[in-house]
Amino acid sequence: MRSYLSDRMGAALLMAPLLLFLVLAYAWPFLGVVKWSFTLPTPGLGQYEALLTDDLVQSVFIRTLRIAAIVTVVSVCAAYAITVVWVRGTPAQRLIAEFCILVPFWISVLTRAFGWVALLSNRGLINTWLQAIGFISEPLALVRNEFGVIVGMTHFLIPFAVFPLASAMRSLDDRVLLAARGLGSSRMRTFWTVFVPMTRSGIIGSAMIVFVFSLGFFVTPAILGGGRSVMIAELIYLRIFQSPDWGLGAAISVVLVLFVSVLMAVLFRYVKPKQLI
Amino acid sequence: MQQPGRAAEIKAIGIGKSFGSFRALDNLSLNIGRGEFLTLLGPSGSGKTTFLMILAGFVQPTEGKLFSDGTDITDRPAEQRAAGMVFQGYALFPHMSVEANIAFPLKVRKKSASEIKKRVGEMIERVGLIGHEKKLPSQLSGGQQQRVALARALVFEPGVLLLDEPFSALDKSLRGQMQAEMKRLHQETGTTFVFVTHDQSEALALSSRVAIFNHGKLLQVGAPDEVYDRPDNRFVAEFLGEINMLPLKGVQPADNGSTGLCEDRAVNMHCKAEKVLGDAILAIRPEHMSIAREAAVGENGIAATATASTYLGAATKLDLTTRQGAKVTVSVPNEVAAAALSKGNSVWLTWPAEKGFLLPDGGQ
Repeated sequence: MRSYLSDRMGAALLMAPLLLFLVLAYAWPFLGVVKWSFTLPTPGLGQYEALLTDDLVQSVFIRTLRIAAIVTVVSVCAAYAITVVWVRGTPAQRLIAEFCILVPFWISVLTRAFGWVALLSNRGLINTWLQAIGFISEPLALVRNEFGVIVGMTHFLIPFAVFPLASAMRSLDDRVLLAARGLGSSRMRTFWTVFVPMTRSGIIGSAMIVFVFSLGFFVTPAILGGGRSVMIAELIYLRIFQSPDWGLGAAISVVLVLFVSVLMAVLFRYVKPKQLI
Repeated sequence: MQQPGRAAEIKAIGIGKSFGSFRALDNLSLNIGRGEFLTLLGPSGSGKTTFLMILAGFVQPTEGKLFSDGTDITDRPAEQRAAGMVFQGYALFPHMSVEANIAFPLKVRKKSASEIKKRVGEMIERVGLIGHEKKLPSQLSGGQQQRVALARALVFEPGVLLLDEPFSALDKSLRGQMQAEMKRLHQETGTTFVFVTHDQSEALALSSRVAIFNHGKLLQVGAPDEVYDRPDNRFVAEFLGEINMLPLKGVQPADNGSTGLCEDRAVNMHCKAEKVLGDAILAIRPEHMSIAREAAVGENGIAATATASTYLGAATKLDLTTRQGAKVTVSVPNEVAAAALSKGNSVWLTWPAEKGFLLPDGGQ
């Protein structure tokens, strides 16, 4: 019989390469970013003061939170519907749902963003068709604004929202649903009063994942926002690469990482990591 | 199953259910009387649970009709039948308190808040859960969860209560307690109870009638003493408890029952022999046989040798072999067993004529 200790040693050894990589590629450079935030251009807390007073930084923060919140609500609702079909549908329905969930993973974020531009722009498919059938006379502003950003991000994030929901729905005891119906509850009522509350941990996990991912989006808002809906990641990029304002860029990064860490800490109080996959 | 507060009478006619090529239930006809406590008994896969699910409306029969108080309910969905149901594993709503679980069927029926409060309160008192109203199911013991499940299924006064192996997860002492409680609830509510179990002692202890299933077929229905003492066939005889089977020859009707030859000795039975003339099997329960030094003329008895004993506390189980090699088990007082074993040679096994019954030879 193998001892508990050697099992633990084995597990530690197997995880060591990943840990080492994370330390070298993320933790160590991040410490450098933290240092910049306190030293550039001059040592002190000046950058953090600027964060609190700079109107542009604050409006970007608020926009980022707003977009992330809207994307979270829309993604989780859409993912919930898809997951119900994926987990509880007929075999054919499951296959279709699985296809819809997995295919987006094989297409790069850049391709998808440009795909949405082709669909949503003034001379894109949607506006052309709507004009052709005479539904509208002027093209609708569907892209280069928050709407376009939200559409693109939601599309990207739905598959990620599916997994925690699927995990919660799979662990649900069918007999409880039968019990509700046997006690006289209609299918609709059973869904809202029993099924949805019982998948609460999945909803929380799914929402947190989508929200946290949303906060760091870069490519999608940059392309579909057309520079008019700048989010935090793009702001950091601009501060570091466009204007020589490394200190402020670093300070924004630190605040973002801290905020996300707090969210994750809250998340893991309610949801076990294995429920997220 | 529709009028609250009134026990339902259920009639199943020619019910059958196939899952693909598997025949789960075959041509079942059964009447369940108003207010009766009927147990569906059988091994797993015998069709008893399928029948319960058909009664509840969760499974649609492939053929046959189901009537409740004379109304055809074969196609009526589960939520409109509203039979109270207690599931194996209880199936409580894990996100609702004890109170909310029990209130659920009343809320669905849009009862007023004051009525819900009153009836939930009464039910909580009736099943002995006072002080646990605000707890979640996960904070309760198995027995308490069982009570919540019973309360939830009875609070809306269904015409029939369906119970699917409700005690299988409880330990033995708690089981006995819950059985007594369920019997009390049956008497108090007067509702029709249909109870599924694979435990024959539970079935015999609780029911007014027992229906025995095997391989999708209903084999026999009757009062507990009826099916135990006078089983129709070998499966029912063996499933309800230990039984000795002795080959009989020349079975024929006699005054007051029937007669035949058991190991070359004439024996009498009170049961009629019309179905099993000629060769048959004589079946006797171990507790109905006794050990004697010899059998009197005209008394039922065969000679046997004791081979082993198992001490059971209140009694001893004694294994014997007859002269012609049949194995017999009897349950006898401890000192009788010791005496029979110490002799090491022949004793006589005797039994009253009304306790032996005839089964077809070799058949099921």
